[in-house]
Amino acid sequence: MSLMKPLLTGTLLSLLPVSVLADPALIFDIGGKFDKSFNESAYRGAERWKAETGGSYKELDIRSEAQREDALRQLAQISANPIVMTGFAFGEVLNKIAPDYPQTKFVIIDTTVDQPNVQSVTFAEQEGSYLAGVLAARASKSGTVGFIGGMDVPLIHKFECGYAQGVKATDPEAEVLINYTGTTAAAWNDPVKGGELVRAQISKGADVVYAAAGATGIGVLDTAAKEGILSIGVDSNQNHLHPGQVLTSVVKAVDESVYLAFKAGVEVEPGMKLMDLASGGVSLAMDENNRDLITEEMTAAVEAATQAIVSGAIQVHDYSTDDTCPVE
Amino acid sequence: MERMPKWADLILTPLISLLLAFGLSALVILAIGESPAEALKVMVTGSLGSSYGWGYTLYYTTNFIFTGLAVAIAYHAGLFNIGGEGQAAMGGLGVTLVILALPWPHWTLALPAAMAGAALFGALWALIPAWLQARRGSHIVITTIMFNFIAAAILNYLLVNVMRPVGSMDPASASFPAATHLPRLSDLALAFGITWGKNTPANITFLIALAACFAVWLLIWRSRIGYEIRAFGRSEPAALYAGISPSRIIVATMLISGALAGLMAINNVMGGGERLILNAPEGAGFIGIAVALMGRNHPLGVILAALLFGFLYQGGGQLALWTSIPRELIVVIQALVILLTGALDNMVRMPLERAFAALSRNRG
Repeated sequence: MSLMKPLLTGTLLSLLPVSVLADPALIFDIGGKFDKSFNESAYRGAERWKAETGGSYKELDIRSEAQREDALRQLAQISANPIVMTGFAFGEVLNKIAPDYPQTKFVIIDTTVDQPNVQSVTFAEQEGSYLAGVLAARASKSGTVGFIGGMDVPLIHKFECGYAQGVKATDPEAEVLINYTGTTAAAWNDPVKGGELVRAQISKGADVVYAAAGATGIGVLDTAAKEGILSIGVDSNQNHLHPGQVLTSVVKAVDESVYLAFKAGVEVEPGMKLMDLASGGVSLAMDENNRDLITEEMTAAVEAATQAIVSGAIQVHDYSTDDTCPVE
Repeated sequence: MERMPKWADLILTPLISLLLAFGLSALVILAIGESPAEALKVMVTGSLGSSYGWGYTLYYTTNFIFTGLAVAIAYHAGLFNIGGEGQAAMGGLGVTLVILALPWPHWTLALPAAMAGAALFGALWALIPAWLQARRGSHIVITTIMFNFIAAAILNYLLVNVMRPVGSMDPASASFPAATHLPRLSDLALAFGITWGKNTPANITFLIALAACFAVWLLIWRSRIGYEIRAFGRSEPAALYAGISPSRIIVATMLISGALAGLMAINNVMGGGERLILNAPEGAGFIGIAVALMGRNHPLGVILAALLFGFLYQGGGQLALWTSIPRELIVVIQALVILLTGALDNMVRMPLERAFAALSRNRG
C-alpha cells in the first residue's frame, strides 16, 4: 500500500486534525446520514459518545458500491480505530479486507462477518416485532391489522414475520394485511405511497398498522393519525410524532451499539453480538405519548410474552434463517 | 456562418464550457462557506493524483465508455436511447447467469461467454422498445425509460426471491468463483514489474472498452450498415427512397446499442463486484447520455468525456468522503458540467464561431 502514501499525506492529513490517529470512524450506508431511521440512529449514538467524552470521530457518507472498499481501506490507512459501519451491504467487502488490517477493529451492524478483528452486531427484529403484534392484536377492534414494509428485502420480511407471529399467537382468527411499498431503493423514501397503502388497508378493515419502511413510515403514521386508526413506528421511538395515536414503536438500539463500540475504542470485542429482547437491543417504546393507549391487560400480555421469549418458552421464528414464515 | 476549425469545434468549445462549469461550481462552494481551491485539490489528488485514484477513475470511465457508446450509436440513427440503465442491469443478469451456470475453469473461457450473455441480455432488453418504435410508432424515449423500471423490478424479484443464497440478508447473487475473477489492471502492471493501482477495481474490461470504441468507429464509418444508420438518422424519407428499411435499421441499431450498454456489466458485475447486486449500474446508464452528448457521438469523444466523468465521479466521491461538502453538492457540480457542455452548448459555440469568423475576415 505504499501507493496510498502520496494521496494520504498530500490531502487527507492536511484536511484532518492531527488527533485523527486512533479516533473512531463511522461509515453510513448509501441511504445517507439523515434517513430518519437506521443511519440516523447510528449517528445519534456517535454524537452521544462525542458529547459525553468530548472526543472526535470521522464520519463518511458513501455514494457508490465501489466506494465501500475504498472508504474502508482509506480509513484503515489513517489508523481510524474502531471503524463502525451500518448496513448488511458492507458484509461482503469487509470479509475481504478485514484480514489486510489486523490491527484495526471493525464493527458491522445488521449482518455477521466471521473475522478475528470484526464485531458483528445483529438485532432480533423478529422479537420486537412479535411484541408489537401482541399489542396490535389486543388494540384492534376489527380483528384486522396491517403491515407496511419498505423495499421488498429479506430484512423487512423478518419484521413482518415476527409481527404476524405475535398477532396470531394473541388472536388466531386475526387477519394480517401485508403490503410492500416497492422494489427499488426509492421505496424507503416514499411517504405518499405509504399513506396510500394505509388507506387501502383501512378499506379492508385494518385498524392498526405497523410500518417498517424507513422514511416511508412517516407517511404511514401521518395517514393513520389522520384517518383515526392506530399505528406502530419502527427503529427509533416515533411515539411523539402523533401523541396518543401511535400505539408504540419497535426500537432497535443501533445508537446504543455504535455508542458502546466507540466507548470501547480499540478494545472493542470481536465476535458476534446479538441485540435481542433479553439484552435490551430491541424493545417497545413506552412513554407519556402512548400511555393512554396501553391498557393494563396489554402491559401484562407484553410482559408475559417478553418473559416467555427471554426464557425460551416462546421461540419467535427468524425469517432470515430459512426464508419462510410459519404463520403465512 | 463560416465554420470554425475542427480543433476549436471539438476541443476548445467543450473546454471553455467545462471551465465555465467549474467556475460556477466554485461560486456555489464559496457560497456554502467552503474553499473551492481545497475542494479542487481533493478532487484532483483523489482521482488523478495517485495510481490508486486512477484505478478508481478508470473503473468508472470503463462503465461510462460502454453506456456512452450505446447512446452515441443510437443517436446516429436519430434514436434517443434512455434505457442504458435497464439494459446494463439486464446485462448484469446475463453475466451472472452465465457465470453461475457452469463451473468455469479459467477466466479466459468465462469472459467470452459472459460477454455474450451481457450483450445478449442488453440487446434483448432494447429489442422490445425498438420493435414498438419500428412497428407501432411508440416513442423510444418513453418506452426505454419505462423499461428501466421494469428491469429494476425484475432484478429485485430475482435477487430477493430466486438468486439470493439462503440465509443471506443481502439481496445479491452468490459470489462468483475465484476462477472467473478478471485480472485487475494492477495485476497486469505487476506482471511488467510495476506497482500500480493496488486494490483498485479497474480491470481488463477497460481494454475491452477501448476495443469497443474502435469497433463502433469501424461500424459507423466503415461499414454498410453504419452508412445506412447514418443515412436513416439524417433523413428518414431519403433513407426510405434509397431502399433502406426503417424498421430494420431501428431494430438493428437498438440491438447494437443495448448490447453495448449490457457489456458494461463485464466491468461492474464481473470485474468489480464479482457478484450481482441490486441497482448495479448505479446511474451509469444515464451518465452515458451526457458522455455521448459531450463526446459529440464520436467514439474518441466518448473516451475523453467518459474520462472526464470518471474523474468527476471519483473526485466527487472523494469530496464526499473527506470534506464536509455535502454530497448533494457533487451532484450539483456534475449537473453544471452536463448543463453547460450538453444543453447550453451553443452559448459558448456561437460567440466562438463569430470570433473565428471575424478572425478569418481580418486575415483576408
